[in-house]
Amino acid sequence: MLFRMVKKSILNQKERMLIIALTVALGVSLITALLDVMLDIGDRMNRELKVYGANILVTPRGATLLKSWYRIGDEGEDGGNEEIFAASDAKGPQEPASTDERSASGGPAGGDGSKDRADPGMYLKESELGRIKTIFWAFNIVDFAPYLKSRVASEDGTPLTFVGTWFRHRLVLPTMEEVDTGMVSLKSWWQLEGAWPEAGDQVALGRALAGRLGLAPGSALTLDGRRFAVSGVFEAGGPEDGWIYGELDALQELKGLEDALDSVEISALTTPDNELSRRAAEDPSSLSVKEMETWYCTAYASSICYQLEEVLSGAMARPVRQVAAAEGAILEKTKLLMVLVTVLTAASSALGISNLVTAGVIERSAEIALMKAIGAHGRQVAIPVIASILVSALAGTAVGYGLGVWFASVIGKTVFNAVIEPQLAVIPAVLALVALICLTGSIGAIRMLLSLQPAQVLHGGRQ
Amino acid sequence: MALLELDGVSRVYEDLKALDGVSIAVEKGEWIAIMGPSGSGKSTLMNIVGCMDQPTGGRVLLDGRDISKVRGRELTEIRRSRIGLIFQQFHLIGYLNALENVMVAQYYHSMTDEKEAMAALERVGLAKRARHLPSQLSGGEQQRLCIARALINYPEIILADEPTGNLDGSNEEIVMELLHEMHRDGRTVIVVTHSPKVADHAQRVIVLEHGRLVDDRRNTERRE
Ligand SMILES: Nc1ncnc2c1ncn2[C@@H]1O[C@H](COP(=O)(O)OP(=O)(O)OP(=O)(O)O)[C@@H](O)[C@H]1O
Ligand SMILES: [Mg+2]
Repeated sequence: MLFRMVKKSILNQKERMLIIALTVALGVSLITALLDVMLDIGDRMNRELKVYGANILVTPRGATLLKSWYRIGDEGEDGGNEEIFAASDAKGPQEPASTDERSASGGPAGGDGSKDRADPGMYLKESELGRIKTIFWAFNIVDFAPYLKSRVASEDGTPLTFVGTWFRHRLVLPTMEEVDTGMVSLKSWWQLEGAWPEAGDQVALGRALAGRLGLAPGSALTLDGRRFAVSGVFEAGGPEDGWIYGELDALQELKGLEDALDSVEISALTTPDNELSRRAAEDPSSLSVKEMETWYCTAYASSICYQLEEVLSGAMARPVRQVAAAEGAILEKTKLLMVLVTVLTAASSALGISNLVTAGVIERSAEIALMKAIGAHGRQVAIPVIASILVSALAGTAVGYGLGVWFASVIGKTVFNAVIEPQLAVIPAVLALVALICLTGSIGAIRMLLSLQPAQVLHGGRQ
Repeated sequence: MALLELDGVSRVYEDLKALDGVSIAVEKGEWIAIMGPSGSGKSTLMNIVGCMDQPTGGRVLLDGRDISKVRGRELTEIRRSRIGLIFQQFHLIGYLNALENVMVAQYYHSMTDEKEAMAALERVGLAKRARHLPSQLSGGEQQRLCIARALINYPEIILADEPTGNLDGSNEEIVMELLHEMHRDGRTVIVVTHSPKVADHAQRVIVLEHGRLVDDRRNTERRE
């Protein structure tokens, strides 16, 4: 009987129910689209923000120490006194004065080639790089690239800076998994003419250097007595434009530095810093066991750094703070915006439904009073009303979800130029929201319905 | 003990006294007509007797139990188990057919029983119109449907507020005959009416004016 009453009362109020379904469908489509975009683009945006450089820089502890000793002399330096620092194994001229500012260029750190290579504390080990993908936050490591920087001589004896790196490298992890990583994805905003090197005898030149030497993709040059083909010319917009980039293996071989690296740039998804992470970054030992656990198990840049230092011997990992913080902040703000829009959408849907349901109850007040008069309890009268709202809301949700997924893909295509996958997590979220919308939307009408007096039926005849 | 006893019952709307100290005792199986000019408080009295409204003063005793202070769920319970209502405006649910309109009352009372509902329709001569919507029935048919609905749960008390107010002479007779049947079954019948002809069917006539009881007499020339 209840089923029959609900069915017939929905059919009786077809238009109103259709409008309720439409209201819900509109709200749901908007919310679904926003949530899909938010969840999908959140990741994507993080990846895109990454183009501003790596957000963690790993250097050998020994070299870092030396660097900090020489820090006093760093102020205002530029390419001109490169020799001094090369000789003394201080940090390269390409690096801004302080760690905090280093983010912008994100170039390879470490000294130039002429330092004393005997001390193993001056280098990181290439063979340990796979361990990066074994730390607790391995999945937050998006990309990384190792660098070895050294001085090479051109045919006429001019000293040139040669950076060995991985361009696109397939790395087999200790777990036998394979990971593709390298500088190309880390520096996706660099403009390249030609191609990145694919073999040990190929190099890419910075635009400035290529111009100075009169070289272009397809030409060749001799470095330290070996012939290299120029596969591409790139423009980074930084000091890298004066350097030569080649395969890491090639440079290690050329310099007899097997397994050696002087920096690793890592791009990681991080949680914005808070008080805990700042304290931990200063001194992890100052934390209580519980705090330590929280910190270790949260993807703060500082805890990821800590974990990197645990697995890479002799390493010093530092967040390149500005970028890390900015990435987190922009993401948080975008999410906040999305959440706000979602809440507003939900609220306006609730308002719309509230109007519709209230109008429905007013229109049906005679019928409701009658039902009460012939013996229905408040709850018994409310149930068919709520049920009919729910049925139309559910129909609206189904249509709205479909629409939302389509909206999301349109937004993805036009705004982000990306394919946005429907996110499964959105479905329960949307259902919960719809329940909330319907509940808050109909609460006033239901209360009115419950307070309707059956006595109205007799007087109501006369109005 | 009287089935129903009103003791100084008042009902005040804001500053309007719709009922003003009305005292009546109704015996089981009695047929009473309530008369009086428009606005004299007849429907208000029916609402109170029908457990749809509460008096602002006085007591209402049903089987000796004071129900004037009973509220909400419990009042609904009394209403649905003991009282059958018939209205002038019929008050049927427009989107349910005749049979379903009867079954709704069963549903709210306990559980639906289509056969029994059908039998009730038969009794008021509507078996053939069971699948019709109220809008497809004539006024007389609608009122008979309303009576079938009032009867379905075997109420002890039938309250009819102007049951023939919207009906022509022949339909009025059919309805009055149905009321007689109910009365013969031992039910207590209370009918509000403007029509002396309708009031003539009652054993007792009560007259209200401005919310006061002005007359309460035996009907000596009762029409059977
Ligand atoms: N809900 C209400 N609020 C305020 N006043 C009301 C209300 N219901 C009824 N009244 C007033 O109470 C008085 C009695 O109303 P009631 O409906 O009982 O009259 P009645 O005798 O049934 O009249 P009629 O013969 O026209 O049906 C009227 O003056 C009416 O205006
Ligand atoms: Mg009346």
